[in-house]
Amino acid sequence: MAASETAVLATAPGTPAPGRLASVRHRLGWIGMVCTGIVAVVVLAALVGQFLVPYDPTVGSVVQRHLGSSAEHLLGTDQAGRDIFSRLIAGARTSLVGPLIVVVATAVAGSMLALTAVWFGGRMDAFLGRVLDVLFAFPSLLLAILGVAIFGPGLVTASIALAVAYIPYSARVIRSVALRERNLPYVKAAELQGINGFTITLRHILPNVWTQILTGSTINFGYAIVDLAALSFLGLGIQPPAADWGLMISNGQESLQQGFPEQSLYAGLCIVATVAAMAYLGERLGGRAAAGRSKQ
Amino acid sequence: MANIIEISGLNKTFRTSRKHEPVRALDDVSVAVREGSCMAVVGESGSGKTTLARVLVGLETKDSGEVAIAGTLVTASLKRKEQRARARAVQMVFQDPNGSLNRRLPVGSAVDEVLRAHFPLTASQRKQRVSELFKSVGLTDSHAQSLPSALSGGQKQRVAIARAFAAEPKIIVLDEAVSALDVSVQAQVLELLHALRRDRGLSYLFITHDLSVVRNFADDVIVMRHGQVLERGTADDVLDRPQSPYTQLLLECAPKPGWKPRRGVIEHLNSEIAS
Repeated sequence: MAASETAVLATAPGTPAPGRLASVRHRLGWIGMVCTGIVAVVVLAALVGQFLVPYDPTVGSVVQRHLGSSAEHLLGTDQAGRDIFSRLIAGARTSLVGPLIVVVATAVAGSMLALTAVWFGGRMDAFLGRVLDVLFAFPSLLLAILGVAIFGPGLVTASIALAVAYIPYSARVIRSVALRERNLPYVKAAELQGINGFTITLRHILPNVWTQILTGSTINFGYAIVDLAALSFLGLGIQPPAADWGLMISNGQESLQQGFPEQSLYAGLCIVATVAAMAYLGERLGGRAAAGRSKQ
Repeated sequence: MANIIEISGLNKTFRTSRKHEPVRALDDVSVAVREGSCMAVVGESGSGKTTLARVLVGLETKDSGEVAIAGTLVTASLKRKEQRARARAVQMVFQDPNGSLNRRLPVGSAVDEVLRAHFPLTASQRKQRVSELFKSVGLTDSHAQSLPSALSGGQKQRVAIARAFAAEPKIIVLDEAVSALDVSVQAQVLELLHALRRDRGLSYLFITHDLSVVRNFADDVIVMRHGQVLERGTADDVLDRPQSPYTQLLLECAPKPGWKPRRGVIEHLNSEIAS
């Protein structure tokens, strides 16, 4: 922090002393600031949106269907007369909780598999590698649909099914960075001192691959939003009348043909903005981690 | 005096690829280290001296031969209990202090976890012990809280030494432990190692390619080449009255005050190595 502040001072002499905000802006760039803002608004909506919505997001009246934007209904109403703005805010929660489940489950299971493979190496590594290869062969969405077909539709089943589909990708990345750490002399040194493998993995290897796990998770988060929206769109994720962005796109299809694109359009914009913001921040995080590594 | 390390007829071959001939890293090597003494293992890169150290500490498995540490034969089995017993008895200080310390772990914690692995001590007892160990290598408690990146090369190597001592081993293998340090720091660290050995009655296996530090530091020397022991004896004997032509050549090449590269020596050495 101090270093970047002095950097600001050094590059722009004569300007007023930059505050905390200026230093954050300097580090993120203005795109980063916008992305952080988008993510903050979506998270806020997910956390406290239910107290802020002007109308009940699940109840509408048919006489008020397909109203345009007005002071009363900020973004208009959908084919069932429900307030679109309220539904977007209410949808933020389900649209974030699902991907969160996917990301956490993927990171935990992926790290466990990768670290196990790396620690034992040899046959264990080869065996787990083959298992992941089999998983790789299935397109992720297909695997998720299979999971939902077996265990029934719903947010949790869809999320877990999707997490299983993501695991090989995250495990492969974590394995490659963990393998590099595994071969560093400090791991050998710890082994020689009689410290057991579990402790070495948790205390030595995991903290050194943590940034990569985090970066991968933010990128996965974007994919998960899109894939879960696709599942909801297909009617396999969130069930109506609950609000969800993917579901709203799907519900808006007929209205779209009738000349009322609002519902699908706004929900789609929400998804695009959130995914783009998450992906950009994830990339930045990854770039910084890479820069930090090369400095060492 | 009893021998703390007895190695006899040790063989180790590496297969690098199917195309190349297997490399005989250790060829019928026998070494005995007296309890409380320091044995230097000297040789050029690829002579097998590091492989010897790695087999001794258990980083590498042997093909054949016997290794006995403090009278107990070391088996190839990977049982946890035996591994830990060996870790208690033999510790190692690596060449590169940057690599052998975890860059994200405060160095005090690195020593602490060795104590935790081997002794039933409470957290406060361990803290006390870490503090003692740091003091014994000339570092303070504030050093213990820093990350390796905040320490100099010499300080890092002192931490590595403190860590090696933490398990209270009988033998410490110093694998080029001072080679990466600059000369003045080298002298300090060697002095520290010498004092610690005197105080605790330890034995050292000192792997080095640097003959200039051997005379003052080691009691006995073996000279290795192509995985074989060429010459063995007391440090004074080997350094003052070398028997094998290779040792003579090594001594001739060692930089001394007023030393100038003599035409022909390097070429001669190269042709010797090629043979």
